[in-house]
Amino acid sequence: MARLVVLGGGVAGHTTATFAAKWLGSQHEVVVVTPNAKWNWIPSNIWVGVGQMTKEEVTFDLAPVYAKAGITYHQAKAVSINPEGSDSSEKPFVTIEYTQEGKAGETEVVEYDYLVNATGPKLNFDATPGLGDGNGQLGENTVSVCTADHAVHASHKLAEAVEKMKGGTRQKFLVGTGHGMCTCQGAAFEYIFNIENELRKAGVRDMADVKWISNESFLGDFGMGGLHMKVGGYVVSSKLFAESLYAERSIDWLIGAHTSKVENGKVEYELLDGSKGEEEFDFAMLIPPFAGVGLKAYDKAGEDITGTVFAPNGFMKVDADYTAKPYAEWKASDWPRTYQNPTYSNMFAAGIAFAPPHLISKPMKSPNGTPINPTPPRTGMPSGIIGKAVAHSVCDLMTKGENAHLHEASMAEMGAACVASAGKGVFTGTAAAMTVYPVVPDFEKYPGTGRDTDYTFGEIGLAGHWIKHILHFLFIYKAKLNPGWTLIPE
Amino acid sequence: MKEEELNFEKEQFSLTMIPGKFARSMRTCLIWQFIRFVIINVKMIIVVGKSH
Ligand SMILES: Cc1cc2nc3c(=O)[nH]c(=O)nc-3n(C[C@H](O)[C@H](O)[C@H](O)COP(=O)(O)OP(=O)(O)OC[C@H]3O[C@@H](n4cnc5c(N)ncnc54)[C@H](O)[C@@H]3O)c2cc1C
Repeated sequence: MARLVVLGGGVAGHTTATFAAKWLGSQHEVVVVTPNAKWNWIPSNIWVGVGQMTKEEVTFDLAPVYAKAGITYHQAKAVSINPEGSDSSEKPFVTIEYTQEGKAGETEVVEYDYLVNATGPKLNFDATPGLGDGNGQLGENTVSVCTADHAVHASHKLAEAVEKMKGGTRQKFLVGTGHGMCTCQGAAFEYIFNIENELRKAGVRDMADVKWISNESFLGDFGMGGLHMKVGGYVVSSKLFAESLYAERSIDWLIGAHTSKVENGKVEYELLDGSKGEEEFDFAMLIPPFAGVGLKAYDKAGEDITGTVFAPNGFMKVDADYTAKPYAEWKASDWPRTYQNPTYSNMFAAGIAFAPPHLISKPMKSPNGTPINPTPPRTGMPSGIIGKAVAHSVCDLMTKGENAHLHEASMAEMGAACVASAGKGVFTGTAAAMTVYPVVPDFEKYPGTGRDTDYTFGEIGLAGHWIKHILHFLFIYKAKLNPGWTLIPE
Repeated sequence: MKEEELNFEKEQFSLTMIPGKFARSMRTCLIWQFIRFVIINVKMIIVVGKSH
């Protein structure tokens, strides 16, 4: 019997573990190590953040689901990996530290035959002074929707702001990115439109100034260098699509901005032209930059090999081409296909945890040398698809032997769907539904836009909103492993 | 006053496109949105299929 250990029970890790458990049956063991007791459908945190959903509606307990699937579950965080074992252990192992009540702080060693790192991002709030609290957590100046608890807190702050406006006090809302190297603009984009919609519903829109601040060099970059999409029969840049959405809702924008400092009611920023400025706010939701979760790696002798296994940003190296080269030479083929670690073939990374070869957006710097560009997004759909491909590979390696063919899932051959809702009513809600194919542009195949314009499209309306709703219920249904779950695509 | 007059009033917004009354009403027109719902779903399923 061999053992697969999956680090992280989020979108990618949960997909890997549940498919592997199904495909391997009781022949082999699947272990999940994740610090969270609950699974969270993160995209719906947006609705929690405006008080339209509760935390309970977007989360569920992992333990019963893993028990049903026959998965061994440790509520713990991985601290380090020993891919060659150690003096006292021939087998590779991970060292974990429990987070579960009653066992918190206890460490344990878990041996593995195969390891999948799906630990997602560290929400690196402290990268920007005042965005974090100095201990790696969200600070007191802004709110966040990155976790369900953050989103609950954000909804309370939003309700307070609405009350103030009802009492006659004007409020300024600032939403976007909290650093020059952030990704996940899509989440902030969705949140600002939901806030705007809530303010309209509450009858206080005329008392609010709503402003977008982001590190994108143009509105609609989304960390993907923008996209050309079919809208109403035209192929247009996402810049025009996004600007239209903002203008229609009277939302100002400040782009090419590195948020350099956050204080109570004020951010300081530097722009791509090198100028510096300040923006005041009463309510701010700024996405933090992402980094790897800080796992360490040691060789058999106990020497630190973290730099061999992980890229400097803390994400795990996989089969990407990490050779430094200028933007003009970037190719779709730089992107990984199997997510296997190049040094240790029994180790894989899935979802946000893998190190991308480079940005997707054009790299930009201010004249002061400050990098101001979005880092590449690895959204839910790619994370799920990669998680499943990795599960397939590992299962084949376990059942067919070391020479089994590895399954492939390149982001340059994979699409992503992004449905950004603006409001939630069944007949009144609307959403911007966007589909992009492929996520990483392939200019050799599509020399003009880098993408297939038949499948890269966007539109605004109720239809997108219904899709967003259906996705919420479908993905939670699937993640709970309810009957027919394998039929629901990632 | 037409809504787009308000939108284009601000200089920052003057170079973009703003939907007119018809385009806005189609966003919540149930019959049209049902058709779009089917089309978007079919397209998304094709994209998912191409991605696996
Ligand atoms: C507000 C918001 C809205 C979003 N909306 C959308 C959307 O509409 N559509 C879309 O496609 N994507 C969306 N995304 C992105 C999507 O949520 C991510 O792409 C996806 O969650 C990434 O999956 P993952 O498994 O890599 O990481 P995660 O889902 O974050 O999972 C990582 C897991 O690893 C665990 N972990 C952390 N540290 C350790 C450790 N040391 N050891 C073990 N486990 C660890 C974490 O607790 C977590 O369970 C959104 C993101 C945010 C923040």
